[in-house]
Amino acid sequence: MTTIEVNGLRKRFGPSVALDGMTFVVRPGHVTGFVGPNGAGKSTTLRMIVGLDRPDAGTATLGGHRYAELPCPMRHSGALLDPHALHPSRSGRNHLRWLARSQDLPDSRVDEVLSQAGLAAAGRRAAGGYSLGMRQRLGVAAALLGDPPVLLLDEPFNGLDPAGIVWMRDLLRGLAEDGRSVLVSSHLMSELQDMAAHVIVVAQGRVIADAGVDDLIGEYASLEAAYLELTAGVGGIR
Amino acid sequence: MILRAEWLKFRTVRGWAAGLAAAALIVIGLGCLAATSVTMSCMEGTREVDCPAPPTDSSGRSVSDRFTFVHRALDGDGSITAKVGHLDGTITYPPPGHDEIVRGVVPWAKAGLMVKDGTEPGADYAAVLVTGSHGVRMQSGFTHDKASLPVREAWLRLTRDGDDITGYASADGATWQKIETVRLDDLPPTVQIGLFVTSPNGLTVEENPQGGHAVQARWTQATAQFSRISPAGGWTSSLVGYSDYRTTWEQTHPPGHTEAGGVITVAGAGEIGLDTEGGMAVERVLTGVFAGLLPLIVVAVLCGTTEFRHRMISTTLAAMPHPARVSAAKAAVVGAVSLAAGLVAVGVTLPVATRMLRANAVVILSVSWPTMLRVALGTAVLLALAGVFAYGVGSLLRRAVPAVLAVTALLVAPPILAVTSVLPADVGAWLLRLTPAAAFAIQQSVAAYPQLSRPQTVADGYFPLPPWAGLTVLALWALAAVAAATWRLRRSAA
Repeated sequence: MTTIEVNGLRKRFGPSVALDGMTFVVRPGHVTGFVGPNGAGKSTTLRMIVGLDRPDAGTATLGGHRYAELPCPMRHSGALLDPHALHPSRSGRNHLRWLARSQDLPDSRVDEVLSQAGLAAAGRRAAGGYSLGMRQRLGVAAALLGDPPVLLLDEPFNGLDPAGIVWMRDLLRGLAEDGRSVLVSSHLMSELQDMAAHVIVVAQGRVIADAGVDDLIGEYASLEAAYLELTAGVGGIR
Repeated sequence: MILRAEWLKFRTVRGWAAGLAAAALIVIGLGCLAATSVTMSCMEGTREVDCPAPPTDSSGRSVSDRFTFVHRALDGDGSITAKVGHLDGTITYPPPGHDEIVRGVVPWAKAGLMVKDGTEPGADYAAVLVTGSHGVRMQSGFTHDKASLPVREAWLRLTRDGDDITGYASADGATWQKIETVRLDDLPPTVQIGLFVTSPNGLTVEENPQGGHAVQARWTQATAQFSRISPAGGWTSSLVGYSDYRTTWEQTHPPGHTEAGGVITVAGAGEIGLDTEGGMAVERVLTGVFAGLLPLIVVAVLCGTTEFRHRMISTTLAAMPHPARVSAAKAAVVGAVSLAAGLVAVGVTLPVATRMLRANAVVILSVSWPTMLRVALGTAVLLALAGVFAYGVGSLLRRAVPAVLAVTALLVAPPILAVTSVLPADVGAWLLRLTPAAAFAIQQSVAAYPQLSRPQTVADGYFPLPPWAGLTVLALWALAAVAAATWRLRRSAA
């Protein structure tokens, strides 16, 4: 049971404030939605959790540990941040194999996650020929490689066909039910409404709502209505 | 784990392995191509003959060893003393007219006393001698040279005590000055001791305004008088290293000695030193390294830049959140595969190309086996360090084209520009000290020595730094590039 704790993250990129005291906790056992306008700081927060950006202030920890301190960090947290981060002439399977080497995992684990992601056949082709949907599936496979208790997914539904969307929804829900902490950033409110039990709404680098999905629906009729109401008048990109 | 991940990354991009294979094949191919296209023939008077292989010294190096030796056997320890002077000689057809034979002595004409392990060319020796214009010297082992009195006429003494040979010089025959003691290992109980004279080719060097220079060489002969020889008598004359051929001048003034009233006059022509002109330097078959470096540089640069071009660096650092260790592991992988490619390239090229050359009657200058090993392994290490350097520059600049251009300009261009005399000699020499191209000094099989009477500049293929110092310069550049790339990676991943 690992929680994600984000505490007072601040970050400036030149003159613009990307994060302005971002604080929230993601608990295991259900999918948590992470929503907000473009430029609200979602991606930056996710990158900071896995140590790719350094905050000016604040901390992000997984079960009390900073990501970069963990040996074999992908066994603690799997992340899908950028589905295009691939070498185009390396096969999908080999992409997972080097990741497996880096986490001291066997190649058998690579074949497990490849079939879990529905890429058993395509895995031996060069990744440069993959559609966006296939890249998303490969990214999910990479995130699942270390069988981590924490999953971070940035826009996982992008580029998926309808069957893919259903697959992704069932997969994420199942992963959460196994007791994992699952944080999913998305613009698709209807998807989140069906899948997430909790939602964190951010704007201008800070949390503006952190509530159960059922509570928000009770108050605003739908997640989409709640989102629009909460973020009304808050510009995303400054 | 990081190393294993980076190794798998490298070998799963098919183009990279292919690029390295291409690098090795280019080195091998160009080496063999060069070997088939070289021919060598020598003139003996007006007759064209296969070039004779120069003699080798006790360490296996090709040497020039040609002089007139008036000698006798020395059993056990002993010494010889003589007054050496009246150095005179003949220079054939010097400038400006090139139309007459003149009287004269070239700067490195030599006359003096010698102890030698027999009269075979290449045998160990030590000598104390006067020269045309470099004063009294003590020389041994074909490359060792120590200066003494700045005079052209002197009393000289050479003593043997076991394996130690000591040379002395005196201006008046009364007060003696010890020059030095050299050790000739495993010298047999009986050696040859005596008087010798030789005279290397007279050279004139014409600087080319477009860079480089043209060297003209002409045959010379020297004579010297030896008097007050002690002990005297019992002389045999040997023409060490001479062929049967005689120049027109020698037909009327043959090399050898004459004795009159206790004064022995000796005439000789030749050189005692390393041979750099009687054959091809072995590293010439590795010239393909320049071309082979190009695919190697491209592959090594891409190992650094693709991480950024495809934003893969985020995935890499999320999996292995240790920029310094990732950078070091990548450098190690690129270095190791470049070393492997280099070992294959050198390991095939050297034996195959030298065999082809010998089959073509081309003489290859012999080198000692440590030198051969240094040239071979050093070239492979040069390729390994070049790979690490190119990876570092690629990873630092994060863009392939500027990185490939920068590495090529720093590593491949300077030696080509310097040796082909596109640059002024001084500029070329400094480039080969300061740029990563200094590393090509590791291939230099025949070093420069000031007492060898021929130009030994960058344009003649002599590198300004000693071999390992040159390789160290490239190692430092590689280290600096990887360190700078790591520093940039720690500051910002993308």
